[in-house]
Amino acid sequence: MTVNQLIEKLSLEVLNLEEGDREITGGYVGDLLSWVMGKAESGDMWVTIMTNVNVVAVASLVDTACVVIADNAEIAPEVIEKARTQGINLLRSSKSAYQLCNEQILL
Amino acid sequence: MSEPIKFHFDVDGDNFSSAGEASVQVKRMLRQIGIPADVIRRVSVAMYEGEINMVIHADGGNADVVVEPGKIVIILADRGPGIADIELAMTEGYSTAPENVRSLGFGAGMGLPNMKRYTDDMKIESVVGQGTTVTMTVLF
Repeated sequence: MTVNQLIEKLSLEVLNLEEGDREITGGYVGDLLSWVMGKAESGDMWVTIMTNVNVVAVASLVDTACVVIADNAEIAPEVIEKARTQGINLLRSSKSAYQLCNEQILL
Repeated sequence: MSEPIKFHFDVDGDNFSSAGEASVQVKRMLRQIGIPADVIRRVSVAMYEGEINMVIHADGGNADVVVEPGKIVIILADRGPGIADIELAMTEGYSTAPENVRSLGFGAGMGLPNMKRYTDDMKIESVVGQGTTVTMTVLF
């Protein structure tokens, strides 16, 4: 499944989209950044409620396919701007992390 | 590539938001010189964890990266408080990070273990009250 397909199927809000045809090959849920860096894989859909600027750096270093902010967690404009400069697919939803993963798996 | 390629960065201790700039830059440069993606990931994550540690605990420091054929060495040096018990610091889940750092998603006590896991060799030299130097080597 591509990031574009995920956006459409889960009705995600697009905060920044650089590479819509990037293939999603797995997923990881987590808010503790070192755990994400230790466990998430390149190509993952990363679901988190963490929205500070370090999320962009972690997504870039881990090379996730996209970051999905769950529960409509508030995100500062400068973080979205950072995602733009770093080329990170940044999405958001009012759904919880559990719901998002559940729906993604059923696709 | 016969001569080693060297990168040097000053890691700003005051600015938590810019922590990671050096790692992201290293990632970009390694990609440009054709280093394999999995090696780049190991180097940049290990370096990022180290950078974050220097910002949290040591008010910043210096980061040097040396790229040689088949080997990348990352040297992180700070003049922070030093680590009294390195073995304890290496324990997964052990952290002395303050609360404000934890609210940003750090301080899970996984930084040093991640650095060790992602590198082929890690050496910590630390003197309490003087500072810490972490030298990590990634082979490929």
